[in-house]
Amino acid sequence: MSASDLRQKAWSAALIVLFFVAWELFCVMTGMSDLVLPRPSEVFVTLYQKFPLLWPHILQTLATTMIGFVLGVWLGVLLGAVIGVSKTAYDTAYPLLVGFSSIPKVAVVPIFVLWFGSGSVPAVLTALSICFFPIVVNIATGLATTEPELEDVLKALGASKLDILWNVGLPRTMPFFFASLKVAISYAFVGAVLSETVASNRGIGNVMMTASSNFNVPLVFAGLFVLAGLGVALYVIFSLIEGRVTGWATRKNDLIAT
Amino acid sequence: MMRMQPDSEFSGAPVPAAAVPVAIELSDASVTFGRGDRAVPALSKTMLRIADGEFVALVGPSGCGKSTILRLASGLVQPTTGVVIVGGREVAARALRVGMAFQNPTMLPWMTIERNIMLPLKIVEPFRSQFRKLRKTEFRDKANALLEQVGLKGFGSRFPWQLSGGMLQRANLCRALIHEPRMLLLDEPFGALDQFTREELWSILQDLWMTHKPTVLLVTHDLREAAFLASRICVMSARPGRIVDDSPVTFSRPRTVAMTFEPDFVALNQKLRTFIVDARSAPAEGAT
Repeated sequence: MSASDLRQKAWSAALIVLFFVAWELFCVMTGMSDLVLPRPSEVFVTLYQKFPLLWPHILQTLATTMIGFVLGVWLGVLLGAVIGVSKTAYDTAYPLLVGFSSIPKVAVVPIFVLWFGSGSVPAVLTALSICFFPIVVNIATGLATTEPELEDVLKALGASKLDILWNVGLPRTMPFFFASLKVAISYAFVGAVLSETVASNRGIGNVMMTASSNFNVPLVFAGLFVLAGLGVALYVIFSLIEGRVTGWATRKNDLIAT
Repeated sequence: MMRMQPDSEFSGAPVPAAAVPVAIELSDASVTFGRGDRAVPALSKTMLRIADGEFVALVGPSGCGKSTILRLASGLVQPTTGVVIVGGREVAARALRVGMAFQNPTMLPWMTIERNIMLPLKIVEPFRSQFRKLRKTEFRDKANALLEQVGLKGFGSRFPWQLSGGMLQRANLCRALIHEPRMLLLDEPFGALDQFTREELWSILQDLWMTHKPTVLLVTHDLREAAFLASRICVMSARPGRIVDDSPVTFSRPRTVAMTFEPDFVALNQKLRTFIVDARSAPAEGAT
């Protein structure tokens, strides 16, 4: 890591600290009631004290998110591959997909609850339905943009569609795929929490709903902090994997030809 | 960098066609893209016979169907009417496993040059079934031997973005040849390169052809390139294309860039140029 990278990271950290300090000062100076906006220090204390209580809910939210995400990735890759390989399928299926993805997922949760009752299942399904779309689009685009010349070279060799997909199409989509994974994991998380907020008795979303109806505002904010922390952690994990797998696509910054 | 083989005894004169099996034969082949009102005739009834081991260049005004002939020969396009016979069999029945190279080198950015060049071995039998076993030994040596022949020794482990356009095009030629195809189809392979790199690659291609002896069909806009490389040049008319002139090139091999400034060579260029200028201005009268 270079010095400029370190400086960049230091500035990012400083900005976060500054944000909380400004918030704290704002609350102290205006004498804000903690029923409206609690001080961040107060939130952190609540978070620390209530952590044993929060932990099972964190696990619950993580579990539903990850299950929904993994299912969403499978579905997304499968649909994306089918749509991306065939131009006809691409044109035919696209309007339906766009229509489906345009539905606000809050509107879908009650339907899932109606079908499967409240709890984990609607949370998983909401996470899935909200996160698979960016994956479909990215995989399909990656496949559809394979250079026609290269396809000709391989077809002239007698390569089957599957050969081309396996050797060229799929590796080509990897940068698109991982870019979409970063988006999808955040979406899945939003979906799971959304569903928990509406219909569940477990999970961070549910904790926040309960806390807010009890006017335990610091706990609501503690829930928010947890969500933000988890979201960042998941994003970072997938960025790291992306860097490892698809370094060739972002080489310009650090690898110089010799 | 020139790669000449002054000790080669190879002569440029084509062997009589009857003595050698025919590699590619188009009889009355025509191609029309689209249907009904939007039908575009790309190639009108064309006769072309290329003997095994010949190096044929196709020149003509742009959009005249040169690339279509190439795609017919590779089996990527089926003739609308007429018959295309490649390697003694009608195309369409099966894949032809020819080597192809285009102006765009299309190296895969996530693979090293070596692995890019070995890509055809992953697809074509009999190499395909042995690929896992031999990719680290025999196949890699094969790739590196070719790389050495085109002057890219030691670049096998580099990635495509670490190479210049000319180097990538040399690697592209290696990839087209690695599976020892009987036929090499080149569609303006050097079109995007500067004059000097292009001349350098002519010599490399000539060298590759003289050692591996595939049948080559080269589509090009560059008349000097055609005259330098080919043992026979076919001139095509404007769309819908047909062959209006077909003449052998008899300069001895290996040819050098210096030869391209000699009177005979310049005269040939002039003749080809006249054909193409005529072809551009008027529809073809008929094949000669």
